[in-house]
Amino acid sequence: MAGRDRGLFLLRRFAGTVVVVALLSVGMFGLLYLAPGSVQQTLLGTRPATPETIAAIQARYHLDEPLPAQYLRWLGGVLHGDLGTSVRTGMPVADMIGQRLPLTLALVGYGALLALLVGVPLGVVGALRRGRAADRLVVTAGVVGLSAPPFAVGLLLLVVFAAGLGWFPVYGTGEGLVGQVWHLTLPAVALAVGAVGMFVRFSRAALIRELDQDYVVFARARGLGGAAVLGYALRNSLVPILTAAGLIVTGMLAGTVLVEVTFALPGLGSLLVDSVTFKDVPAVQALGLLFTLLIVAVNLLVDIGYSVADPRVRFGGRTS
Amino acid sequence: MRGRFPAVVRRRPQVAVAGALAVLLAVAVAAVLSPWLVPGATDQDLLLGITGPAPGHPLGTDDLGRDVLELLVAGARTAVPGALCVAAGSMLIGNLIGLPAGYFGGWADALAMRWADLMFSLPALLVAIVVAGVLGGGYGLAVAVLVVLFAPTDTRVVRGAVLEQRHRPYVEAALLKNLSAWRIMTRQIWPNIASVTLANGFLNFAYALVSLASLSFLGLGVPAGSPDWGRTLADNRAQLLVNPWAVVAPGLAIILTAAALNIVGDWLHERVDRRGRAR
Repeated sequence: MAGRDRGLFLLRRFAGTVVVVALLSVGMFGLLYLAPGSVQQTLLGTRPATPETIAAIQARYHLDEPLPAQYLRWLGGVLHGDLGTSVRTGMPVADMIGQRLPLTLALVGYGALLALLVGVPLGVVGALRRGRAADRLVVTAGVVGLSAPPFAVGLLLLVVFAAGLGWFPVYGTGEGLVGQVWHLTLPAVALAVGAVGMFVRFSRAALIRELDQDYVVFARARGLGGAAVLGYALRNSLVPILTAAGLIVTGMLAGTVLVEVTFALPGLGSLLVDSVTFKDVPAVQALGLLFTLLIVAVNLLVDIGYSVADPRVRFGGRTS
Repeated sequence: MRGRFPAVVRRRPQVAVAGALAVLLAVAVAAVLSPWLVPGATDQDLLLGITGPAPGHPLGTDDLGRDVLELLVAGARTAVPGALCVAAGSMLIGNLIGLPAGYFGGWADALAMRWADLMFSLPALLVAIVVAGVLGGGYGLAVAVLVVLFAPTDTRVVRGAVLEQRHRPYVEAALLKNLSAWRIMTRQIWPNIASVTLANGFLNFAYALVSLASLSFLGLGVPAGSPDWGRTLADNRAQLLVNPWAVVAPGLAIILTAAALNIVGDWLHERVDRRGRAR
């Protein structure tokens, strides 16, 4: 594959991402004006509406300027790391996010790792035992996992493993590395259950397709061992599994909202719910933008990953 | 998370499909008959409060003294109609945009597909949380937002199916008979792709059910006091030591119903695919 083609593909893909982010930022900015009540009222929150504070808000947000100018001002602030001030706490939103980002990233990383370690081997087992009892069990379990919302799974896990058996703590984030991992285990499992179903589906389907290919039959006919053939087939199944990984991480970023609320964890997700419930629009804007940026970045990485994992992928062609 | 790709599962265990249909039948009966089956499901007994299983209350009561089993049955009535509206609404929009996009192609098609791409880059649940939460419109708004967020997948599915039919001989014959484009789309092509849309609708139904339950769990869906599965979970999660059934029963109801819808949807997809190949 010519380097120029790859460069062009990455450039086009990147340009598309920039357009998406720009449109989303307009949408997020628009929240302030879509929220019920006047803009000043939204930004004031519960503070007393004295003429001075209203004037200060007007001046701070330049509310007398035309909307495009206000948007550019807001965007400029965001690009400089000024995400505004929370209506609920009065703190800079950037600081609040900074405090809570590590927990959410740890939770998503832990969950994704668990899902990968359980889901892909199960998918391989399903593919190798296609149509038999083990396969049916794996596939059905995968569909159930895929259907189960993380908060329902989380509460069932709490009932069984925290309240019933007492193996895990019910709430809290824990002290020290071991304690933290321990406290994050049930939430990570709750997050991983849906992702396991996804990994099972994608890896099983991809492997079955590869095992039906001529090269596998040929390799077997030439006396190659099962493990070696499986290795080749798995390598060629990487693209669909990578697609799954992208969908899984983006799905988990949404799922973490539910899991953090279920387990009362102080991460970005519970911050988003608190901010939404309180109509803390500056915080919601910043969090919404951050979540979408993370998701867009994951999608971009997956697309770049395709070309590394499988040179046959035609650049610019649709792969999903 | 939605798994959106042709069903590759060739031999679905028929036991699972039969079980799924039984679950759906039970949920449908509960949804339709709950006003007669459990007329007093939301009656509170604050003096009793939350208790474990007891005579008269096989699954115990929740923190407001409401019978958990009755709440469970009544919950089907709030879970199903909203999700059905989302699936039907997005199916309608998907057909309205997808049929002409696939049939005519060109810039309108390109525009529709770029719009779908943009919507795909957004996780539906996250957007619904932000929009429904900030606008504060409650359940109706949540349903409307989900319709808009789900429509692109239906559009894609319908467009793809139309593209596959577009150059079949029967369409050429209809063109020779000088039938109008509208007539060809609705009378000739649509009946051939209706089953694909329906199978997709089941998967949307499952995802909508889970999304609405999630919104209600976060307090952004149904109003407080409704016998909703997601809401019941949220109300009782602090007391799961006192009566775990108040959490287990609605949790299992959501998981089983969504899984049953997905299993039936996959099964339909597979049947439709097989018929498509045989033709």
